[in-house]
Amino acid sequence: MNTVVNERWYSLVQAAYVIAGVLFILSLAGLAHQKSAKAGNMAGKIGMALALAATVLLALLNSEQAVAVTAALIAGALLIGAVIGTIAARRVEMTQMPQMIAILHSFVGLAAVLVGFNSYLTEEHADAVHLIEVFLGVFIGAVTFTGSIIAYLKLSAKMKSAPLTLPGRNLLNLLLLVISAALLAWFVAAPSLLPLVIMTVVALLLGLHLVAAIGGGDMPVVVSMLNSYSGWAAAAAGFMLSNNLLIITGALVGSSGAILSYIMCKAMNRKFTAVILGGFGTEVKSSSKSDEDYGEHRETTTGDLAELLRESQTVVIAPGYGMAAAKAQYPVADLTAKLRAMGKDVKFAVHPVAGRLPGHMNVLLAEARVPYDIVLEMDEIQDDFPDTDVVLVIGANDTVNPAAAEDPGSPIAGMPVLQVWEAKHVVVFKRSMATGYAGVQNPLFFRENTAMLFGDAKDQVEELAHLVGVSAHEMAPAQS
Amino acid sequence: MRPPGEARVGTLVADRWKAEASVRIGIPREEQPGETLVAATPKTTAKLIALGYDVIVEAGAGVAAKFPDEAFVQAGASIGTSAQVWSADVVAKVNEPSPAEVARLAEGGTVVARMTPDDHPELIEALQAKRATGLNLLAIPRISRAQSMDVLSTMSNIAGYRGVIEAAEAYGGMFAGQVTAAGKTQPATVFIIGAGVAGLAAIGAAVSLGAQVRAFDVRPEVGEQIESMGATFVQAAAAQQQVSADGYAQKLTEDQEAATARMYAQESAKADIVITTALVRGWAPTTITAEMVAGMKPGSVIVDLAAVGGGNCEATVPGEKVVTDNGVTIIGYTDLTSRMPAHTAQLYGTNIVNLLTLLTPGKDGQLVLDMDDVVQRAISVTHDGQVLWPPPPVQVSAAPKAAEVSAAEKPHLPTAAELAEQAKRKQQRLYAWFGVAAVLVGLAITFSPASFLGYFTVFILAVFVGFYVITNVSASLHTPLMAQTNAISGIILVGALLQLGSTNVLVVVLAFIAATVASINIFGGFAVAGRMISMFRKDA
Repeated sequence: MNTVVNERWYSLVQAAYVIAGVLFILSLAGLAHQKSAKAGNMAGKIGMALALAATVLLALLNSEQAVAVTAALIAGALLIGAVIGTIAARRVEMTQMPQMIAILHSFVGLAAVLVGFNSYLTEEHADAVHLIEVFLGVFIGAVTFTGSIIAYLKLSAKMKSAPLTLPGRNLLNLLLLVISAALLAWFVAAPSLLPLVIMTVVALLLGLHLVAAIGGGDMPVVVSMLNSYSGWAAAAAGFMLSNNLLIITGALVGSSGAILSYIMCKAMNRKFTAVILGGFGTEVKSSSKSDEDYGEHRETTTGDLAELLRESQTVVIAPGYGMAAAKAQYPVADLTAKLRAMGKDVKFAVHPVAGRLPGHMNVLLAEARVPYDIVLEMDEIQDDFPDTDVVLVIGANDTVNPAAAEDPGSPIAGMPVLQVWEAKHVVVFKRSMATGYAGVQNPLFFRENTAMLFGDAKDQVEELAHLVGVSAHEMAPAQS
Repeated sequence: MRPPGEARVGTLVADRWKAEASVRIGIPREEQPGETLVAATPKTTAKLIALGYDVIVEAGAGVAAKFPDEAFVQAGASIGTSAQVWSADVVAKVNEPSPAEVARLAEGGTVVARMTPDDHPELIEALQAKRATGLNLLAIPRISRAQSMDVLSTMSNIAGYRGVIEAAEAYGGMFAGQVTAAGKTQPATVFIIGAGVAGLAAIGAAVSLGAQVRAFDVRPEVGEQIESMGATFVQAAAAQQQVSADGYAQKLTEDQEAATARMYAQESAKADIVITTALVRGWAPTTITAEMVAGMKPGSVIVDLAAVGGGNCEATVPGEKVVTDNGVTIIGYTDLTSRMPAHTAQLYGTNIVNLLTLLTPGKDGQLVLDMDDVVQRAISVTHDGQVLWPPPPVQVSAAPKAAEVSAAEKPHLPTAAELAEQAKRKQQRLYAWFGVAAVLVGLAITFSPASFLGYFTVFILAVFVGFYVITNVSASLHTPLMAQTNAISGIILVGALLQLGSTNVLVVVLAFIAATVASINIFGGFAVAGRMISMFRKDA
């Protein structure tokens, strides 16, 4: 009788898992569009709540120790996680979103490693397939863990974002992989903790080195790649625990991250392998000629620019990582609102790899309450540049570099860029004449229709927004 | 931005020019009868002053363009006599200066104007005699950085617009189709030959008036531009040309000419309005023959924007509006731009400001001519007694690089067939990889235990579901998506929770840590994703 009841409970848990899996798929599908995104987020939460409730039930049913102890442990872990997670999510600034996501990835990696070890420790008569599953789960988890931590450190500027280029770094990666493969053979032939532990260390090193070798500009790819890894780690855990929900969810997340990485790579016109093998930004040698080849750049002031903006009809703003770094999104939104109130046509042009995270700029602008229907993607706005009076390039560099389109010798040749130089005037907000992440000089700055506005982007835009608003009144009597 | 007070000081500064000897720009009144244009407006005057120049405007120079002298004074210029203006260091003008005008220039002075030195060698001589610098605005090369100074584009643009307006006036009907209680009328059909700047402007104007617009150009690459303006690109397969190297259309071969002529005849017979814009460096090829005019509907209108160069239509009388025996009105006005002086003068004046900005690198009112710069070299007719005309040819930047290397050798562009072949090969390679992967996966499954199989099936299906679901995600939501997937991948918590019930203390400790970090992930991820999603808002 008791076993029958238990069976029913198990079936209920499986039913909950199926529903949760469907909800996760609906959740990701919902995130495809702004209108359905809220519902998508909610679907994910409900799915997760269902899955957790079912799992807690299952854990209590299966508990080998006193049920109360297990329940207390579960409650404790969930409570701590909920408190820390919610506080972190509330406090994080939108500009810090890349590092937040990176550190969250590392948690999944860590959990996967620990679950893998536990799975090995609890399963006494494991067959070869299970051993391989454990091994792969721990391996992927460990790579994700250290990789994400390095990504976090780089993104939060706690570590230099320049790529670490050890001699023979590709060989080193290969060597670490070969060692891991050998350890796998050892582990399957003679299961013991030792090869598993050695492999964990090797995998931790691999994750560390992989991401350390990738420059800051390639971070959108790295973050989405780590996102993918964290999914595969969950899927591997699902295999070792024979849990369908984990497998489905892990595969969903894994493929989603892989596609994002692919989209990012396409946006930079680079091969995925080239990004992953790292070292971008080191090949500056011949291509970046000295400045005099381009002529001189022209500087402008916020005053001149305010006047130019008042005379313009169509304005496009091309933001980049610099806007995030200077936290200039609020003044930019303020400026946008003022210009729109004056009847100007203001749009945003967001390059797919602007910022340090896919879609980073969109989030920042949304935070500052810029309506999303004037924030356009590269393909949507590319044709509008010739009819644009002024383009304001705020903290973007490589994504507006004409060399990508015109100079086949450039390291970023062939990368699709925003063709801002087609506009009548281009004003570049920049700290100094330093090169961007790719280390490539930008001929845009030396064009006839380009003017530079040096200084902190936030201060400059604030002043500009002020002048645009004020000068309209002050100038009127002088002209009449 | 100049502080408001400075504008009033401007006159004083101009009064002091003799003492300070700063560089003066003179804006004379145009002598040509009927000319309404002027080379500067009050707005562009202010910009010239901002560049560090003093500006002196001949009394009444802007009156025909509705810019009174006071407006110039308010912008900071001074008003002078013809002699004062012509003795300025730099004279900016709309029309070609006559030798008599050049004779009034100061020794070593500079004149900026539209010039045709090839047809007027006497102008070159006069400039040389004065050791003057002649800058020909018609010779601005068609490269992207010089676009802002290209007066030809400016003038063509305005002429294209005005051409449509003139046609609308001469045409006895409405451009847009109407549906009224008294029945409906058809929209006018406008056929435009040549989609250069003037042609595109004409397309834009005609489309916005509601006409059905068809347009043709011998350069195949502009087809897209024509379509983007809302017109239909008329194709004539045999008449297609190579991509142009210098931004202008090339001469046609005989076969091409016969094919285009047939097409012109058909199109013009159907059209209510024909606008011809073919003007290649001042030379107007014949596109509409007298025979074609005879084949057109009574009441239809031809606007010949190339009338300056003799006209594209055989029946055109430059400068006149004539009506043929079969009732076709042919407009051959050569002063279309002067018929809209306010905007023409403003845009022309801005072109001059942009040129002077290039010539004033220090923004200090000192004109510096750099002969190593292609733009400055290209427009120089004479300088310091030397004749610099004709300038070396300039290749436009839009042309493929290969053409620059050797103009004679055709650049090898992959043909459509080659591209298709490449795509096919790529596709085949992809299929091959799929096949290999399928075989490998098949083998792996065959030799794995049955329990694994079910899970593996689920895994593969989930990967593909994920693939198709994510492919549709809009790029602006990538960050929330990542936070969301990140939260969902915290599902690994399930594994950790199940291990918490173990009797092995080590396992419990490890599982507890795993459960904690995984739940941080879940709560943090969902909260952050939700926070971001709720920020996106549409324009209220």
